[in-house]
Amino acid sequence: MNIKLTKVIFYGSILLAGIFAPILFPAYTFQLALLWMMILFALTWDILGGQMGYNSLGNILFFGAGMYICTVVQIGMYYDVAEYTAHFGAVKVDFTSYQYFTGIATGLVVAAIACVIIAVIFGWIVFGLRGPYFAIGTLGVAIAAGELVGAWDYVGGGGGISLPNYPGGPADREMFFYNLCFISAVCTFVFLKWLYSTRFKLALNAIRDDEEKAEAMGIHTNRYKTIAWSFSAFFLGISGGIFGNMTGFIEPLEVAFPTVTFGIFMVLMVLLGGKGTLWGPVIGAVIFHLIKELTWTYLLGWQWVALGALIIINVVYFQQGIMGWAQEKWPELFGITLDETNSGTEEKILS
Amino acid sequence: MKKIIQVRDVNKSFGGVIANRNISIDVEEGKITGLIGPNGSGKTTLFNSIVGYHPIDSGTIHFENHEISKLRVQKIARLGVLRTFQQTRIYSKMNCVKNMLISSAHHNTKWTDMFSYYPKELTERAEKLLEFVGLYGKRFLISGDLSFGQQKLLEFAMALMNEPKVLLLDEPTAGINPTLINGLIDRLKRANNEFGITLFVIEHNMRVVMNLAESIYCLAHGEMLSKGTPEAIKQDQKVIDAYLGAH
Repeated sequence: MNIKLTKVIFYGSILLAGIFAPILFPAYTFQLALLWMMILFALTWDILGGQMGYNSLGNILFFGAGMYICTVVQIGMYYDVAEYTAHFGAVKVDFTSYQYFTGIATGLVVAAIACVIIAVIFGWIVFGLRGPYFAIGTLGVAIAAGELVGAWDYVGGGGGISLPNYPGGPADREMFFYNLCFISAVCTFVFLKWLYSTRFKLALNAIRDDEEKAEAMGIHTNRYKTIAWSFSAFFLGISGGIFGNMTGFIEPLEVAFPTVTFGIFMVLMVLLGGKGTLWGPVIGAVIFHLIKELTWTYLLGWQWVALGALIIINVVYFQQGIMGWAQEKWPELFGITLDETNSGTEEKILS
Repeated sequence: MKKIIQVRDVNKSFGGVIANRNISIDVEEGKITGLIGPNGSGKTTLFNSIVGYHPIDSGTIHFENHEISKLRVQKIARLGVLRTFQQTRIYSKMNCVKNMLISSAHHNTKWTDMFSYYPKELTERAEKLLEFVGLYGKRFLISGDLSFGQQKLLEFAMALMNEPKVLLLDEPTAGINPTLINGLIDRLKRANNEFGITLFVIEHNMRVVMNLAESIYCLAHGEMLSKGTPEAIKQDQKVIDAYLGAH
């Protein structure tokens, strides 16, 4: 079988699985939607954390920002946001299906763009930091964002916002959000697959391996770093907007800026799957999500202990991750080969 | 002869340590210029000042018609002044070809080039240069797994890939075995002759620097001790006392 056909079958079956899984297992639709979102998290984290070597602990910032921006736009298009979010419930919330869908579409677009702008602004500040300082700096920004939103009454403060009701039945609603998650994760993957085939990936890798050298070679390092972060922000902003609507209620600390759950999960999934590869984050996300759901179901009470043990094993004994391990074991599959067929002589080369 | 780099009265100190005091140097276009001196005499500091790695305290540095002492590292590199490091620096988790590709010149890159593919000619050029330094067979290996000497050769090839006008080499032969050194001298000369790259070389190996350079500067304790042709430097009593020692 030729390689092209194998690829078509491989990607085709993943797409088919993605389309039919919620139809075959309707009880798991929400879980499956969450799985796609986890894949998106891992993929976007790996742009900086894996490919560029900047371990951000604050990417969740864009998730939360996207969520709030999308929500505010959705509501703001048809109602007064301050009245809507006021705790005494001054307005009667009733969205027609036209209002609902135009709201969510506009909200997601605005969220994505706004997150890119936020990434550029914060990038300008935090990219002065390197190594562990960058990790702590970004973590600080994400936590601060959660606290700030919690103190902002216009968006409901710590009390959060209930999102507009979906104009349809619960099964339709689940399918609608499943498809949004599925499509956004697939788009992220396809986009990154393209991005990693261009110069952009090599520049990111160069920054990862030796940023000073990259500067000395004249690479526009700041430009690459900022744009890479903007890509993360773009997709995370969209995912935040979707997730907010999917859960139906958002508040700053647990839902929008969950630094200790989603914020850390996105790092762990990448470490588990293998940093700096396209498939590593995807594999890591799937395995992590499975383990997480299984322990939450069968080891309830000990689930955080099990997760902690997984983290320790991963970090201490298995730093390279699944893809990294595979590359060490079968280097030829990754194109790492010795080629002794020296073509031509030096004289020929210089002529 | 046209002077491509002109350093005038450059001072640089780190706290109380004066690393460079009133240094003036001319690097002539198309030539190979050497820079020697004992350890800690300020050679690498001077290199760092030229490529914009740190700001200088006073003085001027001109490259062609640009005053570059206030510019940043990347900008200077894109003008065509490139340096290699004493502690070899390569992109250690990428293979050699990728190391070469990302080292191609960045001075004319547009925003859209960030997302373009590498043209076939560039890959071919990368492979030719890898063959030039004798690493063609190892081009798909992860560069960090190469030996130190091979990494040094790779770094040199990466610099050539960037098509600089001036290349500042910080101890190109340190840690390289004697047989390879001869090959390296030959390649440095050819880079100078055939690719037209001006070289400015820090080197402790006297055989190498005397063989390569057409003019040599000698630093000691941050000050300019002497300058001249290799023959003149060899005979200079001050240089012998401070650095070469009597044989």
